[in-house]
Amino acid sequence: MKLAVCIYEGPYNHEASDSAYHFIKAAIDKGHEIRGIFFYHDGVYNVTKLMEPPQDDRHISNRWSELGATGIDIVVCIAAAKRRGIVDDVLVDNVRISGLGQLTMMAIEADRMVTFGD
Amino acid sequence: MSEDIKKIMFTVRNAPHGTIYVYEGLEVKLIMAAYDADISVVFMDDGVYALKQGQNTDELGIKGFEKTYGVFVDYEIENVYVDRKSMEDRGMTVDDLLVIGEDEDTEEPIKPKVIDSSEIAAMMAEQHNIMSF
Repeated sequence: MKLAVCIYEGPYNHEASDSAYHFIKAAIDKGHEIRGIFFYHDGVYNVTKLMEPPQDDRHISNRWSELGATGIDIVVCIAAAKRRGIVDDVLVDNVRISGLGQLTMMAIEADRMVTFGD
Repeated sequence: MSEDIKKIMFTVRNAPHGTIYVYEGLEVKLIMAAYDADISVVFMDDGVYALKQGQNTDELGIKGFEKTYGVFVDYEIENVYVDRKSMEDRGMTVDDLLVIGEDEDTEEPIKPKVIDSSEIAAMMAEQHNIMSF
């Protein structure tokens, strides 16, 4: 199945980003295709390279970057990002900023869109 | 409508103020309306408060977005529904609902359609994807 994943919450404060990550890993292991990952609302904070969590904790933005390196399209909404001070300069590698049109294409092209957040 | 056009439903379940979900969710609807998709919007649970006429956010110091719903019909977002039970549970009636546009021919104001949850469930079953804000 072709899946798209939407993440609405920021890192650490809320489990949404962790749940989405584990869901995506499990879906890939089961042979599903990830059409794209879209960060919206406070979700845009998940992919800043400025985060520096304690070494014994998971590094959320690096984890997304590694997933992006496997070829999955990871998109941060430009309107949500600009509002929150997230710009290209602070993004981890393998993630891009683009518009809500990308979310639209994911919703149209994916068989299922799975949302993580309140 | 062509078989290729995908049906996408938005559910609005949060109150309009207190969090940004409903406001940023509105931006998604306006953008998505420009694409080839068959869009519907359903307001349910606390989301019905977003459709209440006469909201005033001045004292919150937040730019309100109530007026933006008035362009829905102009943006060809015409399938707009309200869950009857959610509305009635919150003491609202059709008279409380804001206008989402006007009829092209008669210039009559158009309001969201009030429907029962069983009808919403039937519509949900037909959707290609559902997004919640």
